[in-house]
Amino acid sequence: MLNKNQIAQRIAQELRNGWYVNLGIGIPTLVANYVPKGVEVEFQSENGILGMGPFPYEGDEDADMINAGKQTVTLLPGASVFDSATSFAMIRGKHVQLTVLGAMEVSQNGDIANWKIPGKMVKGMGGAMDLVASADNIIVAMMHTNREGESKLLKSCSLPLTGVACVKKIVSNLAVLDVTEHGFKLIERAPGVSVEEIVNATEGNLIVEGEIPEMSF
Amino acid sequence: MNKVYKNAKEAIFDIKSGMTLMLGGFGLCGIPENCIAELVEKGVNNLTCISNNAGVDNFGLGLLLQKKQIKKMISSYVGENEEFERQMLSGELEVDLIPQGSLAERCRAGGSGIPAFFTPAGFGTEVAEGKEVRYFNNKPHILESALFADFALVKAWKGDKFGNLIYKGTARNFNPVMAMAGKITIAEVEELVEPGELDPYFVHTPGIFVQRIFQGINYEKRIEQRTFRKR
Repeated sequence: MLNKNQIAQRIAQELRNGWYVNLGIGIPTLVANYVPKGVEVEFQSENGILGMGPFPYEGDEDADMINAGKQTVTLLPGASVFDSATSFAMIRGKHVQLTVLGAMEVSQNGDIANWKIPGKMVKGMGGAMDLVASADNIIVAMMHTNREGESKLLKSCSLPLTGVACVKKIVSNLAVLDVTEHGFKLIERAPGVSVEEIVNATEGNLIVEGEIPEMSF
Repeated sequence: MNKVYKNAKEAIFDIKSGMTLMLGGFGLCGIPENCIAELVEKGVNNLTCISNNAGVDNFGLGLLLQKKQIKKMISSYVGENEEFERQMLSGELEVDLIPQGSLAERCRAGGSGIPAFFTPAGFGTEVAEGKEVRYFNNKPHILESALFADFALVKAWKGDKFGNLIYKGTARNFNPVMAMAGKITIAEVEELVEPGELDPYFVHTPGIFVQRIFQGINYEKRIEQRTFRKR
């Protein structure tokens, strides 16, 4: 079973040279720590950064330089900053090649829910709806099940949707799965996790074809 | 063309209860601190506030929420404010949550003479309820309308007496698009300079969008998530 950092590390293997990448809050943010050697990408933060760098050293933090998670960050050489409308022009206009975000639920046709639990939690969608409606390549980083052990990979989402039929790939603590027209297709298992465990943790239609390799790092 | 006011108190003198305000900022970054403090002092209420976030419990728009001066919030993300969540879930506060990109574009449209536009964001979700859907290139889009405000309150790093503005870092965020959409736009700046001192090539908001400007004081610039790497 993967921890959060390992989920991020596995997602980082999907990065390709020259991509502009938007990382959501939480596990997705950690992806920036595992960019493979030889791969050059630029991270976009929807509050208005292209070329976002690591956190600052203590004492160098600047209240006027934060990421979309409101964390203090730095700029890399060649970075640019811009307003929110320009930022979402990049996103809506498909200039960003990959979006990585978290989810509370994903359905087998690629619907995603991650912004609201009616009557309980209403934080808002932030930029997630714009991102999932426009990105061609969306990877979801998530736990396969909730605290009660119930699957978060469902036939259909029970929570209010963030976007429809948009998720392409999921990296969970148990597996890597592609979202296909026939449902979730199992691609890789987390180290030490059996196919049976993944089947049991997946409520939506799960396609298992042939030997399923274990992830390698 | 002198747009200079002495301070926040004088600049917001005609903001009245029941008005619609736009407030720049992302989280607590680039928010009009002086104007917010003065709105609290002035005690106007029943405000409709258009702002990406709602501040935190004891800073930013959270200060207006604590005093129950806000009737309705139009935002994209409000997760950092417990008082906000309480007022929203209890029904005291009207809330319109809209996708962040749509919020930015609706402000930009409002200031640009574009009454509405189609966007893919929110199709198939609660956000699309009651909105016209049209297909372009075989993809569904929803109709979103422009946003306007009686006053737009923005914060910039440097500004001159003509209202030209330059923002610092990510404190730019929603400020330029909101500056465009206010019937009256009030800019508070950290440094007010003479015309000619700002390099025209580097002006972010041209002065035509700004009606009033003042030199702000005592900027706290609170940081929400102070994150570091190890040396």
